[in-house]
Amino acid sequence: MRNLIFFFYKYYTFILFFILELFSFVVLYQYNNYQRASFLNYTSGVASTFYEKVNSTTNYFELRDINDSLMAENARLRAQMLNAYYQTGFTQTSINDSVYKQQYSYIAANVVNNSVTKLNNYITIDKGSEAGIEPDMGVIGSNGVVGIVTSVSEHYATIRSALNSNTKISCMLKKNNAFGSLEWNGDSPKFSSLKYVNKHVEITSNDEIVTSNYSKLFPQGIPVGRVFSHSLDAGDNFHYIKVELNTDFSTLKNVYVVKNILKNEQQNLESTLKGGN
Amino acid sequence: MVIEIINYIVRFLLIILIQLLVIDNIDLSTYVNPYIYILFILTLPISTKPWLVVILSFLTGLVMDTFSSTPGLHMAATIFIGYIRNFYLMFACSKEDFDNGIEPTVSKKGIVWFLVYAIIMTLMHHLFLFYLEIYSFRDFFRTMFRVLSSSLFSVLIISIGQLLFYRNSKAR
Repeated sequence: MRNLIFFFYKYYTFILFFILELFSFVVLYQYNNYQRASFLNYTSGVASTFYEKVNSTTNYFELRDINDSLMAENARLRAQMLNAYYQTGFTQTSINDSVYKQQYSYIAANVVNNSVTKLNNYITIDKGSEAGIEPDMGVIGSNGVVGIVTSVSEHYATIRSALNSNTKISCMLKKNNAFGSLEWNGDSPKFSSLKYVNKHVEITSNDEIVTSNYSKLFPQGIPVGRVFSHSLDAGDNFHYIKVELNTDFSTLKNVYVVKNILKNEQQNLESTLKGGN
Repeated sequence: MVIEIINYIVRFLLIILIQLLVIDNIDLSTYVNPYIYILFILTLPISTKPWLVVILSFLTGLVMDTFSSTPGLHMAATIFIGYIRNFYLMFACSKEDFDNGIEPTVSKKGIVWFLVYAIIMTLMHHLFLFYLEIYSFRDFFRTMFRVLSSSLFSVLIISIGQLLFYRNSKAR
């Protein structure tokens, strides 16, 4: 017993070090493995409030650019409105609710904190659970895909951006619907890579890449980027495709969180299938 | 004593703010991510009790993790250097340094001593941090390049900061 007390007395610094190090590894492991951002749910409220304060000051210097990008987007959307088309037939007037059930709705939000050069980049936005945002919702910008919501506090949400080594987004080539997985390797914030595209698929440079119809998070066909370069090693089953991203993450200011109204239905159906096996 | 504690709290807040508001916004490249907040741990007085250094490292890491959405990552790396700091100082400092309770800074220990100290500590911290972040040894050399270039910038910024802000204490 005396030896035990002596042991603790002699090595208390090491024991303290060991316990704290163990604690941080458990937090890290839990987060990496289950993507359950429990730690973040406790802390993101504090951090977001801080960044909001900073952002409200710095935002003034960028108002002109923000306005320009919003006006450009407005113009593009206005061009898609029904009254911008000349009516050539009667088919368009037959659109009604019983034919088209709304599947996606969008929640607009502002970016309050963002990084692009880390290995795992995160974006903080100024809307949270109060606005109806939940974890695992897709996020898009005016040019294309931005990321996936990881944790939500009352007024803020943290997004795992596409520039994060843990983010995988189901994508496809627009011309032939060959699908792959968009994964970032931490190299440059302008490029990402599309993995697991089968070798029999024909690929040329500048092919458009959009979100696939397998994704529960994004509507089909949201632009992601273009094929920048591609290669196929002998004996390899998959193409190596370097993708030039549409979204400029370093100047990102306005984003839309995608709410898939039918997501639960699809998920429940698929989970019963898995349970049956 | 109370003034000293307030002095350290102010220094802690200042270093964290510089890291979050200035250094983290330098989007130079994905290979350059300097972390200078370890300066707070590095410049604690030599005679600080090892257990206190470990606790302070834990708190520093916790604050950094909170603001950069990286649960456990900065905590693990900072606790690690907080622990090995004591062994390095035992090896590199004389008994008088421990008795006088000076801070291991450029003005007290000289530029060469401080550079060696800062380089070793920063390398340890960055090695631990970046390999833990990628969580595997795939892309080993790319991560190593990331460690080396980030460490270079961290040491550079830390040294410049030392030369700028700690000159007063030398004149005294």
